[in-house]
Amino acid sequence: MICKRWSFWVSAMLPLVLRLFLILYSKNLNLGARPEIATPVTSLRRLAEGYWLKQSSMSPYAGSMYHGSPLLLTILGPLVVQRIEGESLHAICSLLFVIADFIAALLIRSTGRKLQLSYWQSLRFLNIEKSAATPSAVDSGDIAALIYLWNPMTILTCVGSSSTPIENMLVALTLFGACSRLVPLAAFGWVMATHLSLYPALLIIPVILLLGYGLDAPPRKLFKQNSSSESNPSKDKPATSSEITKLMFHPEGIFSWTPVLHFIFWALFWSGYVLALCAMSLKKHGGLQEMFNKTYVFILTVQDLSPNIGVLWYFFAEVFDFFRTFFLLVFHMNILFMIAPLAIRLNHRPCFLAFVYVAISSMLKSYPSVGDSALYLSLLGLYVNELADMRFSFVLFCGYIGVSLLSPVMHNLWIWRGTGNANFYFATAIAYALMQIILVVESVGAILNHDRMLKKKVLS
Amino acid sequence: MAFRYSVIFYLLLTKAFLFPFLLELVGAEDKQEEEFSEELLLRPLPDRKVLAHFHFESSVPSTETYGQHHILFPKAIYQLVQKFRIREMELSFTQGRWNYDRWGGFDPMSSSNAKPPGVELWAVFDVPLNVVDATWKNLSHALSGLFCASINFLESSASFSAPGWGFRSHSGYLRYGALPREAVCTENLTPWLKLLPCRDKAGLAAIMDRPSIYKGYYHSQRLKITSATIGITLEQTLTVVLQPSIQRPSAYSSGSSFFQPNWSISSLFGRKIIGKCVLAKTSLVFLELEGNLISKLEDRGKENTALEVSITPTRMFQEANKLQVPTSSIMYQFSVEEYSDDRPLDMGISWKLPIEWTCSQAPFLTSRFLMGSGNERGSIAISLKSLGQKEMLSDLRLTSSTDECKVRVVVFQIVPWYVKAYYHTLQVFVDGRSQAFSDLVKKIQVSPSEDKVSPGVMEMELELPCDVRSAAITLEFDKGFLHIDEYPPDANQGFDLPSAVISFPDLQASVHYAEGNSSRSPLISKFQARNIVQSYTEVLLVPLTTPDFSMPYNVITFTCTVLALYFGSLLNALRRRVGEEERYSSKVGIKRGLIPQVLSRFSARLRGKKTGEEPSSSQSSPSSATFGNKLLFKVVLVALFAVVLHYLNDH
Repeated sequence: MICKRWSFWVSAMLPLVLRLFLILYSKNLNLGARPEIATPVTSLRRLAEGYWLKQSSMSPYAGSMYHGSPLLLTILGPLVVQRIEGESLHAICSLLFVIADFIAALLIRSTGRKLQLSYWQSLRFLNIEKSAATPSAVDSGDIAALIYLWNPMTILTCVGSSSTPIENMLVALTLFGACSRLVPLAAFGWVMATHLSLYPALLIIPVILLLGYGLDAPPRKLFKQNSSSESNPSKDKPATSSEITKLMFHPEGIFSWTPVLHFIFWALFWSGYVLALCAMSLKKHGGLQEMFNKTYVFILTVQDLSPNIGVLWYFFAEVFDFFRTFFLLVFHMNILFMIAPLAIRLNHRPCFLAFVYVAISSMLKSYPSVGDSALYLSLLGLYVNELADMRFSFVLFCGYIGVSLLSPVMHNLWIWRGTGNANFYFATAIAYALMQIILVVESVGAILNHDRMLKKKVLS
Repeated sequence: MAFRYSVIFYLLLTKAFLFPFLLELVGAEDKQEEEFSEELLLRPLPDRKVLAHFHFESSVPSTETYGQHHILFPKAIYQLVQKFRIREMELSFTQGRWNYDRWGGFDPMSSSNAKPPGVELWAVFDVPLNVVDATWKNLSHALSGLFCASINFLESSASFSAPGWGFRSHSGYLRYGALPREAVCTENLTPWLKLLPCRDKAGLAAIMDRPSIYKGYYHSQRLKITSATIGITLEQTLTVVLQPSIQRPSAYSSGSSFFQPNWSISSLFGRKIIGKCVLAKTSLVFLELEGNLISKLEDRGKENTALEVSITPTRMFQEANKLQVPTSSIMYQFSVEEYSDDRPLDMGISWKLPIEWTCSQAPFLTSRFLMGSGNERGSIAISLKSLGQKEMLSDLRLTSSTDECKVRVVVFQIVPWYVKAYYHTLQVFVDGRSQAFSDLVKKIQVSPSEDKVSPGVMEMELELPCDVRSAAITLEFDKGFLHIDEYPPDANQGFDLPSAVISFPDLQASVHYAEGNSSRSPLISKFQARNIVQSYTEVLLVPLTTPDFSMPYNVITFTCTVLALYFGSLLNALRRRVGEEERYSSKVGIKRGLIPQVLSRFSARLRGKKTGEEPSSSQSSPSSATFGNKLLFKVVLVALFAVVLHYLNDH
């Protein structure tokens, strides 16, 4: 056991060392200008411009350069300023991202541990732990954390300059807070993540489900059937175990409103707090109105058409102007329309629901980057046991590798050499979107199959 | 001094100078009349070219009545000034680039008549601040119609800017716009000539032979309006740099390659001046020989003259000597009045000896270029190269308060929005070394570009030490990506960045002539006015990446297919129920699908048969009824949605 724990720490430290090593050469790698890594919203180069504008007593949102949060500007701004000599500050900034990555990995790991614990307890509750348990079950928390740390996408995002590591850390913080019932923490993470990149706003549904129903468990119907058919087996369990059981999930299937109301209160509190801070830092300039215009409206209306790994930039560069509004609505609706069906079908698995939401939004968001993919891939790792019999996993694996190798090549051919054209790059973007679609659909299908399998086992 | 000149030009001076005629030209002191004057200045340039500068000036005193017919002043311009309340306006059409290195950079000609390629327009309005933009837009449309040019492209807010102090100090009321791509041709010249009272039928404008003036190296046609309480002045200039056809006597050709070509008005323009425009108050032709040329001529030798002017000038006057310039330039004046059809004015120069000289140059030679490769990002560099004219700068030390000799340089640069400049990457290099920004930059004002709304404007004042050899400013930028409709028809050619304006506010380029005041020539008085030395940099050509212009339908269909795949397959995965498949497989033998059932029932109804008697259908009828209700409900819902959408669309 000790050996196992040590092996985790060793394999967690290695990627961090790798990151530190790459940071030394970050100037030469110039990853901050890669479209896969830095988007107009997360680019640190734009942040530096915003900071410069603010220092020269202009609004940081003057012009259309900076689209991030004013708070990030205050924290990271002094660190990203280019000085004539002295790169130490830039190194501190990169170090900050390494730490953010590490914290995110730890948060994911402890989330995974909690999930696994509650899952085993619920299986024991259903008396199927022996039949459902596969001998090769692994510690999903460790796996997810290691996926996050070792994922080349995360490493590149961390070394290249973008604020995605911080956003990812906040999303992980939200899930961790909700899983461990630290309501203020969850609310803080949610508010900050929403403030930074808007799309994590969707996570309010999984968070509320987590707080209301407890952690991921087999469908609640099974518990009812189980409790009606036989006596509750948890009575003969030790007291401590039953306490944990109560904490982790509610087999009764009753939605508890108190933590949810707490969450709403704390979310309101934190958002008021964040908005007040933003208003204070933007008091001399445009104020909150300008901030919303330059961040949220910029994200929603896809104003920047520079190429990225998504499909929307090319679409809106090509689509006829009079259809623009219509298609904007369609694209955003595609995210929103899926919320309710997913929430209804997967309400017993809020954490998995959060993964699906993150995956969908990182696929359909206006300015996607590989950092977003890194987050949902590691969240996928949390369900490594449940998704063991997912289909197409080899195809997906190869597809991700292929796309991530081809995409920079096509970009280089198009932008730098001028021998390819935009369609090649767009084709890789389409392939990438397809990969993500298959991943989402197959993982949802696999988890539903898993539930069916559990049901069969309970009934038999 | 006078003795020396008389030796050099003894050929000219042997012929008697007759200048009392000139006094007749100077009319009565009555300022209340409209006036028109025409002048032509010719100047040999060091690189064997000839500068011809036409200057027409009409002025009208302020009148009470509006819309009155004028005798000389163009009505179109008068109405323009009245309607848009223009205080000052300058419009220039230029083809080619003024060569500051060879044609001069420190004289009134280069600082006020050298213009950037394409169209440049700036105007100062006398209207409330909040309507300045609207007035500018209307003015651009009016000028567009007046001059047959696409000046109306300056209407969009992404193409004009309101400089604070970098261009001219009319903060707030000044608007500046440039179209570097605009081609200039006779269609722009004709309306311009129409503003002259004699058009090109008589007077100096008559020698504007289109093929000759458009084949030159530089062609700039300018129009400047100055409106004040005393009246409106319209100044029209045409500056061309022409290459005289090289016909040299063979005896000299063996000597040196620095032989200047001989030329005359008729060889340059193919026409001769056969008289003045009768409406013009003054009609003069000047020949200017620069100070440097004069000093070279002096060095050449006193025995034989190096150049010969074919016609005896009416007058000759020389520049009031400046301290720093060793010799002063000389101006010969020819009065067109004295010439007629029988005796046309065909002034020319013939060179007797090879000679080489340089023009008066600004302290720094400015140029601008692009750095970087690829279509993603790049950087703009403005370089200032010192020409080592210490003596010109040395008197700055006297004027400035501190002991150090410093020269102020003001940079004014506009970049379109698709060049997304990162102003935090501004760097200043002096003699190749990067310098702290705050040491050199005294003042900077930046208005960053907003996508599709406004261009990026940078105004920057540098203070450079006089002994600096070179200085450079670099600015990084990202190249923007445009919507396919925003690309011009020849998208792969690239986009032009308008010229930057570099000015030296400490230096004045003015030439004072000793007897200049008595000539009462508007051109000479323009030369004597205080002109800040300024130069325009090159227009930059930025290649931008293009999308595939033929792809819109493909992109739309591909993307929508991907989205449909996502939506459909995910919904399908969610909808599938446990055991549904088994149930379906067990019942598939008995039960048909709902839609075929409904269809069969419907077709049966049509045939008039009562198929309802079948036991299976009687069982399914309640379900089909509820199904029908559901369908009805859905149809109503969709219809309602459509009505609401339609309603919203209408409003």
